[in-house]
Amino acid sequence: MGIIVNRDTRVIVQGITGIQGNFHTRLMLDYGTQIVAGITPGKGGTEVYGVPVYDSVSEAVEKHSATASIIFVPAPFAAEAALEATESNLKTVVLITEHIPVKDTIQIMAYAKRQGTTIIGPNTPGIITPDECKLGIMPSHIFAKGEVGIASRSGTLTYEIAAELTRADLGQSTCLGLGGDPVVGLNFVDALKMFRQDRETKAVVLIGEIGGNAEEQAAEYISSNLKSKLSPLPVVAFVAGRAAPPGKRMGHAGAIVMGNTGTAESKINAFKEAGVDVAEKPSDIPKLLAEKI
Amino acid sequence: MKLFEYEAKSILAEYGISVPQGALASSPTKAKVVATQLDAPYVIKAQVLVAGRGKAGGIQFASSPEEAAGITERILDMKIKNLSVNDVWIEEKVNVQRELYFGITIDRARCCYVAVASAAGGMEIEEIADKEPEKIVKILIDPTLGFRSYHAREMARRLGYSGKSIIRLAKVFTKLYVAAMDCDAELMEMNPLVETTDGNFVAADARLIIDDNAIFRHPKYETRFLSEGQTELAPEEIEARRAGLAYVKLEGDIGIMGNGAGLVMATLDTVQHYGGSPANFLDVGGGASEEQVASALNILLTDRRASIVLINILGGITRCDNVARGILEAKKKVDFTKPMVIRLVGTNEAEGRRILTEAGIHVLDSMEEAAQMAVEIAGGR
Repeated sequence: MGIIVNRDTRVIVQGITGIQGNFHTRLMLDYGTQIVAGITPGKGGTEVYGVPVYDSVSEAVEKHSATASIIFVPAPFAAEAALEATESNLKTVVLITEHIPVKDTIQIMAYAKRQGTTIIGPNTPGIITPDECKLGIMPSHIFAKGEVGIASRSGTLTYEIAAELTRADLGQSTCLGLGGDPVVGLNFVDALKMFRQDRETKAVVLIGEIGGNAEEQAAEYISSNLKSKLSPLPVVAFVAGRAAPPGKRMGHAGAIVMGNTGTAESKINAFKEAGVDVAEKPSDIPKLLAEKI
Repeated sequence: MKLFEYEAKSILAEYGISVPQGALASSPTKAKVVATQLDAPYVIKAQVLVAGRGKAGGIQFASSPEEAAGITERILDMKIKNLSVNDVWIEEKVNVQRELYFGITIDRARCCYVAVASAAGGMEIEEIADKEPEKIVKILIDPTLGFRSYHAREMARRLGYSGKSIIRLAKVFTKLYVAAMDCDAELMEMNPLVETTDGNFVAADARLIIDDNAIFRHPKYETRFLSEGQTELAPEEIEARRAGLAYVKLEGDIGIMGNGAGLVMATLDTVQHYGGSPANFLDVGGGASEEQVASALNILLTDRRASIVLINILGGITRCDNVARGILEAKKKVDFTKPMVIRLVGTNEAEGRRILTEAGIHVLDSMEEAAQMAVEIAGGR
């Protein structure tokens, strides 16, 4: 089980013949992800690791009943790729690409909403449901199957925390990278809603960072929806960027404090007020979780 | 990327929005010449890429070309929030009846652009939102519709306008929206947008921040983006950006680098947690090459403020052996050294460790252990 992707997910790779696309297709195949086709305009008819390559998404979807796409197309062309995937009615589109102009992202999200397509990213490591499906670029050996759901705005920090969990024998149901951009397809509230519906997920870790107010919104959702005695869902959080100065972009396009908006303090306080334990350091998370499961 | 006021204003003018007559001056002599061609009184404004220049004395008034020259000399000598002033913009003072605010920016949570207006112009928009939130009018812009003339008229009406001025003001709003979209603006605002005593609307000040990720669509600004003195970035930040790295200068003495924005931020936080003070943020990104690691480390080794270097690598697509070779490469290039604390785990970890250990560099397993050691060596506690 887990959320969004599982062993039945049928994947196409857009940009499969590029260096990144090719490299990660290999790793995803090794993990057991069902990759049914690849897309590179102009290279239709060729193959990559036995995966047939097509010129267009609609052709690949028609021939292979694909349900999801992962995009490794460079930023200037990524919006076109995402819109093409969305128009073909795929259920899920993972947008790995970093540096997509926000104007393009806004357009993608509006169209995806109309089509009922779930966009993950942009600027995301992707999503993994351990032992079932990896749709992303994360190192797979640090994950293990289990009951903890993770939603995160950061890549390597997710690996750091997932590895800590796995070491502590706390496996994961699904790890979802929301993406480091200011505008992304899924936020923490969306993730919490899905984890709540998933029978396998018994607790959730949210990994936030400075910028925007997605963490504050999650805190609000948690205090009004996840505290019921009947179906409580324990949540533990970590927020990166307490040492970050205002007005500076900390690596991610979305990690920036503007005026008084988006500070780590505001997010940490919102979580605490909602009764969510906030870890001081990443290594404190397994302890905090173990108390709750 | 932030543009200077005069650049933002020239874009507004291209789109048919009225701006005060003015010109740029980089010396008192030039200021006098420029002022002679304009009508007094004048406003003289420091061209710097930080907000709050007014409070710092960077905006002053003059009633004659001689006075304009004197003021220009003083402003060019100033440092505003540590930035030197290379140019002033001299313009004709407008006769204010009312000051408004109008801007286009991004609503992250709702995934769309938002138009924001206020009848309390002149103040920073955050300050208005804080003190007089009831004076703010907002319209979320549906990406499939865009910002239409009826949206603009509705905003003008809600600001208290009626009759023909609704139409005149709405035209200014729509023009700004079109300019903001064409520029890939992250933020474009007129503050204040002045209603003059004769009923016209004039943008007395303008700000434009272009989405860094969209610079490739604006070749005019592409080289400028990486030129010193022409952006708000420190020289080290520009050097890092040229090498494809994300760097932010901070105040402390522990130089820090790692792979991934979140991981590096968390490293900074952990250092601070143990009582240390980070000298910088430096993210080498995913899948960093040997060369990128070397140029990143070079920035830290040559930073005089950093007495120690803390490296935190969790290899995923980044390979630990590449990182290790990059570290040795950078060490070879500079003829001095600093204490280094390195945490290195993940892809090709064993090979990376071997390379470093053979070179006499000790490698640690955990980020916390490494942060703690760095703080101890730096003498933080």
